[in-house]
Amino acid sequence: MEKEIYDSIIIGAGPAGLTAGIYLSRAKMQVLLLDSGMAGGQMVLTHEVANYPGFESISGYMLAMNMKKQAEKFGCEIKTNISIIEYIIDGKIKKIKLKDGKELKARSIIIATGGRSRKVGAEGENDFAGRGISYCATCDGDFFQDREIIVIGGGNSALEEAVSLTTYASKVTIVHQFDQWQAFDSAIEEMEANPKIDYIMESKVVEFKGGQSLESVIIENQKTKKRYEKKIDGVFIFIGYVPNTEEFKGLIKLNSYGEIIIDKQFQTNLPGVFAAGDSIEKRYRQITTAVADGTNAALNALEYLNQ
Amino acid sequence: MTLQTNLQHLTSAAEVEKTINENENVMVCCGRMGPMCVPVYAIMEDLEKSGKYNHVAFRDMLFDHPEAAIIRNLPECRGFMGLPFTVYYKNGKVVKATSSIQNLDQILDILDAEFAQ
Repeated sequence: MEKEIYDSIIIGAGPAGLTAGIYLSRAKMQVLLLDSGMAGGQMVLTHEVANYPGFESISGYMLAMNMKKQAEKFGCEIKTNISIIEYIIDGKIKKIKLKDGKELKARSIIIATGGRSRKVGAEGENDFAGRGISYCATCDGDFFQDREIIVIGGGNSALEEAVSLTTYASKVTIVHQFDQWQAFDSAIEEMEANPKIDYIMESKVVEFKGGQSLESVIIENQKTKKRYEKKIDGVFIFIGYVPNTEEFKGLIKLNSYGEIIIDKQFQTNLPGVFAAGDSIEKRYRQITTAVADGTNAALNALEYLNQ
Repeated sequence: MTLQTNLQHLTSAAEVEKTINENENVMVCCGRMGPMCVPVYAIMEDLEKSGKYNHVAFRDMLFDHPEAAIIRNLPECRGFMGLPFTVYYKNGKVVKATSSIQNLDQILDILDAEFAQ
């Protein structure tokens, strides 16, 4: 049942938001957790989590469902697939307007909207998503059995997924825009040792071409600016994440990357508006760091509410 | 062989045929319990629960079920290389099909355009 004024509304039900929900609900606060999709955030998109303490190996989906269940057990109200159209959060009572016409009120807000996969931004990318372009190797790898594919990116995810995709593909070519990798030595060594993997450095895919499905890409050398076409069956993109903060532009302070700037209390420039997880300014984005952020934001919000 | 969702599952080609013949508007999501599929099932479950789309029958089907070939081999799914395959039927005919993950707004756009009351 909807409360007249919640103690806290948490925006985003990823690991940061769910953790904040657990802490605040356990402290007997009236908490509403909203998400534009399902609970779990990017954690759900992770096939296997092997570095979350306490679980030798667990699927991202199961970890998310466990966190959701735990939050609900303490009384946290969770609403998924919610469209928010307006935030009025500079006053003492924060207001959130939903697409269905409802207006929600709270004494504090925790923004935990997370991030999403960064897109290349090249022509044809949207047209061939699911028709040769993929952002998930574990989901779509088997569509490319004995086919030639490209992996775009040069970080740990790109290199690790390139290696895993050799289970299916006959050849994997990594296209990376810089002249050196942004990955750990162990990932580079494993990639270099795989005979099915080749790479093209200092190059970008600038166009995706095809008919019903992807057939080729245009690659541009970043030094010479020379372009050429490469026939290809599929492209997997792993070039990091962008924070989901567009809706807060002009409302709270963001840095030049769109990340939310917070103080030591995990509070934004607006009193009573806290932030946590992948949407804040920080270096490492892991489930564990999101959980830690969620804890900090919740405890600081609790202190604010008790003032 | 079914998916672990709260949706009604289709487990044979005959069931698919029966469902699309007995319901004017049908949305079938054919996938696995994978990262790109689970969010789509969750949206369908929420829409079904909301009661706002009672004129649409929401169903799922396991992609690897041999009889899911009735979805996998649809001409409308030719060229699809991303799970899940989501197919929208009106009066037994395919009116729209999408490949890979879709968000709530993308699904609502299709439902409102194809299954407008």
